[in-house]
Amino acid sequence: MPNIDTIAHRAAAATPQGVARKVRGLSDRSIAWLFVAPTMLLLLAINIFPLIWTVYLSFTNYASNRPNRPVINVGLKWYRDILSSPEIWAAMQATAHFVFWTILFQTIIGFGLAYLVDRKFRGHAFWTTIILIPMMLSPAVVGNFWKFLYQPQIGLFNYVVSFFTGLPPSSFEMLGSVTLAPWAIVIVDTWMWTPYVMLICLAGLRSIPDYILEAAEVDRASRWRQFWSITLPMALPFIMLAVLFRGIENFKMFDMVMLLTGGGPGSTTELASITLKRAAFEAYRTGYSSAFAIILFVVVFGLANVYVKALNKVKQR
Amino acid sequence: MSGASTTAHSVVEPSATSKRVAGLLVILYALISMAPLAWIFATGWKTPPDSISYPPKVVFEPSLEGYCNLFTTRTRQTNEYIEALGPPQGACDEVTRRREMVIAGQSNYVPRFINSLIIAFGSTFLAVSLGIFSAYAFSRFKIPLADDLLFFILSTRMMPPIAVAIPIYLMYRELGLSDSALGMILLYTAVNVSLAVWLLKGFIDEIPREYEEAAMIDGYTRLHAFFKVVLPQAATGIAATAIFCMIFAWNEYAFAVLLTSGEAQTAPPFIPTIIGEGGMDWPAVGAGTTLFLIPIVVFTIVLRKHLLRGITFGAVRK
Repeated sequence: MPNIDTIAHRAAAATPQGVARKVRGLSDRSIAWLFVAPTMLLLLAINIFPLIWTVYLSFTNYASNRPNRPVINVGLKWYRDILSSPEIWAAMQATAHFVFWTILFQTIIGFGLAYLVDRKFRGHAFWTTIILIPMMLSPAVVGNFWKFLYQPQIGLFNYVVSFFTGLPPSSFEMLGSVTLAPWAIVIVDTWMWTPYVMLICLAGLRSIPDYILEAAEVDRASRWRQFWSITLPMALPFIMLAVLFRGIENFKMFDMVMLLTGGGPGSTTELASITLKRAAFEAYRTGYSSAFAIILFVVVFGLANVYVKALNKVKQR
Repeated sequence: MSGASTTAHSVVEPSATSKRVAGLLVILYALISMAPLAWIFATGWKTPPDSISYPPKVVFEPSLEGYCNLFTTRTRQTNEYIEALGPPQGACDEVTRRREMVIAGQSNYVPRFINSLIIAFGSTFLAVSLGIFSAYAFSRFKIPLADDLLFFILSTRMMPPIAVAIPIYLMYRELGLSDSALGMILLYTAVNVSLAVWLLKGFIDEIPREYEEAAMIDGYTRLHAFFKVVLPQAATGIAATAIFCMIFAWNEYAFAVLLTSGEAQTAPPFIPTIIGEGGMDWPAVGAGTTLFLIPIVVFTIVLRKHLLRGITFGAVRK
């Protein structure tokens, strides 16, 4: 870092404009602050200030639909209520199931695809790009059109399933059945985000230096052995990265599930974010939902820390 | 990595058969995963009865009705008014349109689409401008606690949107920013600036410092060197970052549905509300979805090379 300063100083001393430069040019230090300050101010105004406000609200009985009611400090009441609420624990459990199954399927299918694409068959670049499209789409819009595909009377999904299994199409309602609805959202999430895992795994596979596989080939290691002893361990940090990213994203999943099931039937697909939305914007329990938001944030922040540690591990290689 | 990938597996070249099998499996997956998109695209060209027929119609007579319904603002009409129009004359003419308006809801797709454009472009412009300055500062200057600040910037992206939506809703209500394009632009800028800083820092790190140093020895000020030397060098990175920010703002739903109700509503919360006679107007939904997704599909193809960097905040390069 200091070399910039010294070079700049030397330049200033060496050229006749040196004096003028000091007058009209800003010092590096002030430029640094000038460049960083607007971003920080915006983040303080739109992220940190609201977050602090949420903490404050979580200790009060404020309700956003009754702004004129006197605000009373209720202490830790909401936190106690939440941690002892079966509804919240059910939502957390549903979220955990959702995160677990989606990550499991996405990792297996995503890694498998990456392994296949890495064979570099003819046209692999084109087909990889095609596969990547779903993850770039709007989750809400995706949820909406999958809802169409899942319609029991008219949906393409039911038709295809009954075509291959012979079951009557009216016998299963993906979004209306308590047992099938959670799997319906797992299917859509897997469809949408497997490409994401594939892309990161592909980067992992491509990062394996040639000479290692060449050496294994010379040693006549079997393909199976090469895969378990070289390919998989060396791609592992990348797979972990994908898992952590998907974990954080799916933990706070809202849009796709909201459009697909709205949390139903009953509350079988009611993930944490949906419970939070209902408490905050339908029941107007602002204090209660603020406390829940803080709890969720602490959990996500914990995951984020794990993520950064894993990231550093990847970088160290 | 790019150097390694071009020569990868030069000795351990997969056999022709294994390549062929791999290719077939990947193409099969790609086709299956494209089927839902193809279906919604086809639905946009069906008539309402065709769109809900069972078994699903793969072969159908294309109709513009979905697109017509999408673009016309529908209002409720009285029966007398309909009688006065006379019998329908064709698939998409004025009389047919108005006859169908009796029960039909409203379609305001065009203003919603324009809102999406305004908000996506506005927030992208702001986020990239703020991001490029900050990224430059983080890349070139010694900033106290730089790593902590960078992690803080990243962590703002980890928050569930609903967690900050309550106070932002209250704050916007006080400031008169609720349901306004400006409010949404500021909000999306704040969400996107983290991505912009991280991505652009990666791109700027790759530009040799010597370029600016040389410029400064020639008598440029630091600011001059930044604008004349660094910005042009970072152009590709800036473009890629801008498209990523745009895609996020274009796709966002949670904030949009909680903080906008009419005026500033964007397309994602609007598309699912397109109701026709006796239920969803699926052809109109299909048409709206198709139009909404086309830019993203184009961007995906354009961004191919930067995708990995963009979705991992530049943590993984390719």
